[in-house]
Amino acid sequence: MAYSDKVIEHYENPKNVGTLDKEDPNVGTGLVGAPACGDVMRLQLKISDEGVIQDAKFKTFGCGSAIASSSLVTEWVKGKTVDEAATITNKEIAKELSLPPVKIHCSVLAEDAIKAAIEDFKKKKAARGK
Amino acid sequence: MKLPIYMDNHATTPLDPRVLDAMMPYLKEDFGNAASRNHVFGWKAEAAVEAARKQVALLIGADPKEIVFTSGATESDNLAIKGVIDFYRGKGDHIVTLKTEHKAVLDSCKRLERARQERIDELKVLRLGELAGRDVTVEEIPTLEIKHDLENDAQFQRWVSKVQAGARVTYLDVKKDGMVDLEQLKAAITDKTVLVSIMLANNEIGTVQPVNEIGAICRERGVLFHCDAVQGLGKVPFDVTASKADLVSITAHKMYGPKGVGALYVRRKPRVRIAPIIDGGGHERGMRSGTLNVASIVGFGKAAELARAEMPEEARKLEKLRGRLLDGLKKKLDMLVVNGSWEHRLPGNLNVSFAYVEGEALMMAIKDVAVSSGSACTSASLEPSYVLRACGVDEDMAHSSIRFGLGRFNTEEEVDYVIDLMARSVSRLRDMSPLYEMAKEGIDLKSIAWTAH
Ligand SMILES: Cc1ncc(COP(=O)(O)O)c(C=O)c1O
Repeated sequence: MAYSDKVIEHYENPKNVGTLDKEDPNVGTGLVGAPACGDVMRLQLKISDEGVIQDAKFKTFGCGSAIASSSLVTEWVKGKTVDEAATITNKEIAKELSLPPVKIHCSVLAEDAIKAAIEDFKKKKAARGK
Repeated sequence: MKLPIYMDNHATTPLDPRVLDAMMPYLKEDFGNAASRNHVFGWKAEAAVEAARKQVALLIGADPKEIVFTSGATESDNLAIKGVIDFYRGKGDHIVTLKTEHKAVLDSCKRLERARQERIDELKVLRLGELAGRDVTVEEIPTLEIKHDLENDAQFQRWVSKVQAGARVTYLDVKKDGMVDLEQLKAAITDKTVLVSIMLANNEIGTVQPVNEIGAICRERGVLFHCDAVQGLGKVPFDVTASKADLVSITAHKMYGPKGVGALYVRRKPRVRIAPIIDGGGHERGMRSGTLNVASIVGFGKAAELARAEMPEEARKLEKLRGRLLDGLKKKLDMLVVNGSWEHRLPGNLNVSFAYVEGEALMMAIKDVAVSSGSACTSASLEPSYVLRACGVDEDMAHSSIRFGLGRFNTEEEVDYVIDLMARSVSRLRDMSPLYEMAKEGIDLKSIAWTAH
């Protein structure tokens, strides 16, 4: 299968690989996918009390397109508010990376990862508020 | 050393220059049709084909008259399975094979199963129409067959016993190491069984089956034994007398010959019969019509001759290279698992799962090295390798598998380069893998409720 230049660029020079402290109350962690399906993404967002995404880190087990999708969204979400980040769709990710139809699920997973990370952050915040 | 490096010799092998040399005259001045009986062009072509037939026969200890040239092993597998079922229908219609066979075998079997089922469905529609007193459609079968209890309908059962289409198939599980369970094989053979189809060596994990024992069981039980020997020929000893194989599929392009040419061995003593699947001029003693591909057949013969002459030395070399590859990888990487039997294995095969790294991503990292992966991402079906799954390999480990196929032209220098590149790439991807991090922290990945998608 031929990869698009953008997939190759992200795959070879992935942005924001790493781990944030998941115990930090300002860090939301999203872990989506399954090893049995061949892809797992972990996206972590550090979110200010005002709801702005200050940092994003990812780790991904998956094919080149999955790695590129995660790398791309870490770049996209930084500086955005939580609400803005939540509007990112898999279609935009797939379009930016020119993913072929068989790789669309990688972009879906990346969208899910953003949502899951925000969800986790909100849960933590709510728990703190109590 | 030249890049890219080819280490995918189970997919195909490069043409040996000596094979090309043998072929050249038949692509140029000696272009005759081997079936032209009345001039020198035809005679030359025929002589060349017959010489090649001898060379191929010699590789498996056969008589040249037992070799039928085909377009390759896919055709040979189809011809063996469909040809036997068609010819021996009066005797039975049951096939026993393995879940790890090549698709050419499995899908031939599936088509025969489907053909039988379609005929049975036609009979169901007819019988249910009689019982319901009106026209019945195929869609109504599931509900009506329960209502009218077709299973215990003597008339319908009599019809089914007369069905002359397709076949019934048993797909045997393999053991964890990929080997056939001979007791299971014996138990699966019934009085309706006409054919057992089991390969010599597997194309993914290189597992070499005990074909001599399988052949003995088949002979004793009076069923035919078809062996897809594609991957094993020229790599491990194989002989039609020792294996008692009745039908053997061979292809040239896995033994440094050209693509698009192969053969089916069809035993003459005791005589095995097959119905042709291609009709026409009656070439190859009526078993395979079509003008012979003379140049490729000549190349096939030469490749067979070289395989026979060089096998012992080449096997030793490949085993050494493979040992070097595995040792080198193990020295630099932890958490790798070899798939398939180590003991009963093709000398050039190494199939390894690099835990917590996805196979396609890994192949992308080593793009100067041609290998294969059992990862779903590299298959059209989006399912990980059915061969690894049949061996009980977990899906995540199947996704992490890489198949190295070492061959005649690989060198130590190439192996060392691959070790180094693999080690760096696996480490880089593991640093990026959440699973590796979790495993290192001692988290049991099986304890996590993953969101399957
Ligand atoms: C075990 C086995 N059988 C059959 C085939 C099909 O052979 P061919 O490519 O000659 O059709 C292959 C190769 O793909 C194979 O590995």
